[in-house]
Amino acid sequence: MMSDEMMEDGGPVKKFLYMNRKAPYGTVYALESLEVVLIGAAFEQDVSLVFADDGLYQIAKGQDTAGIEMKNFSPTYRALEMYDVEQLYVEKESLEARGLTAEDFVVEVEVKTAEEIRDLMEEQDVVLSF
Amino acid sequence: MKFSIQVNEGPYTHQASDSAFKFASAALEKGHEIFRIFFYHDGVNNATRLTTPPQDDRHIVNRWSDLADKHGVDLVVCVAAAQRRGIADADESKRNGKDADNLAPGFRISGLGQLIEAGIQADRLVVFGD
Repeated sequence: MMSDEMMEDGGPVKKFLYMNRKAPYGTVYALESLEVVLIGAAFEQDVSLVFADDGLYQIAKGQDTAGIEMKNFSPTYRALEMYDVEQLYVEKESLEARGLTAEDFVVEVEVKTAEEIRDLMEEQDVVLSF
Repeated sequence: MKFSIQVNEGPYTHQASDSAFKFASAALEKGHEIFRIFFYHDGVNNATRLTTPPQDDRHIVNRWSDLADKHGVDLVVCVAAAQRRGIADADESKRNGKDADNLAPGFRISGLGQLIEAGIQADRLVVFGD
């Protein structure tokens, strides 16, 4: 019999953490990371997202990408909630180094220190770093 | 131990695909299982059979194909990342109205769900790349 903790195919629910450390533009990592998170949401795992270093800019408000002819994909992060991806964290040290606050983002985030994020990473089954 | 491996960088430009190959080979030699190797970002460029390095250099693509042939390792290339970068098998090529295909033997093209599944099914998912 399948328990609530099992997926449809009988596999376990694991803790997935996506570590986002790169600026949204300049490389494709942020965009292709978001694609993984969105596809992964369908697997109903326990998902957390961490934004650190220049990764914070992925969810910064007020992005205007017209000048570089790239699609502004920041509104897509708002869709994460619909996929029940609600554990979003930003690293306090990265936040302060960039003069940002928790209100500067297109999604609701919880601020955690580097040490707290380290503890969070230790709890995970799978860490995907982009 | 059952491993999955993610390769995020293309061959020759970056050490990541060499390191991933060495890791996979060593793991198999030690009697471990490789559930799947997933190629993402520029990592999809590990899968083009048109690759022709100088004769005195290692042939990274052929090495992967041999690994799949000898050990039955599942080599999966992300379809969206592959389409962006011009990697296609015969079916994919035909579907997109292209006149050529270039997927190397032993690789198959599939979706990002294969990466999530690799994380769920393996004891460890090891990521190679920045």
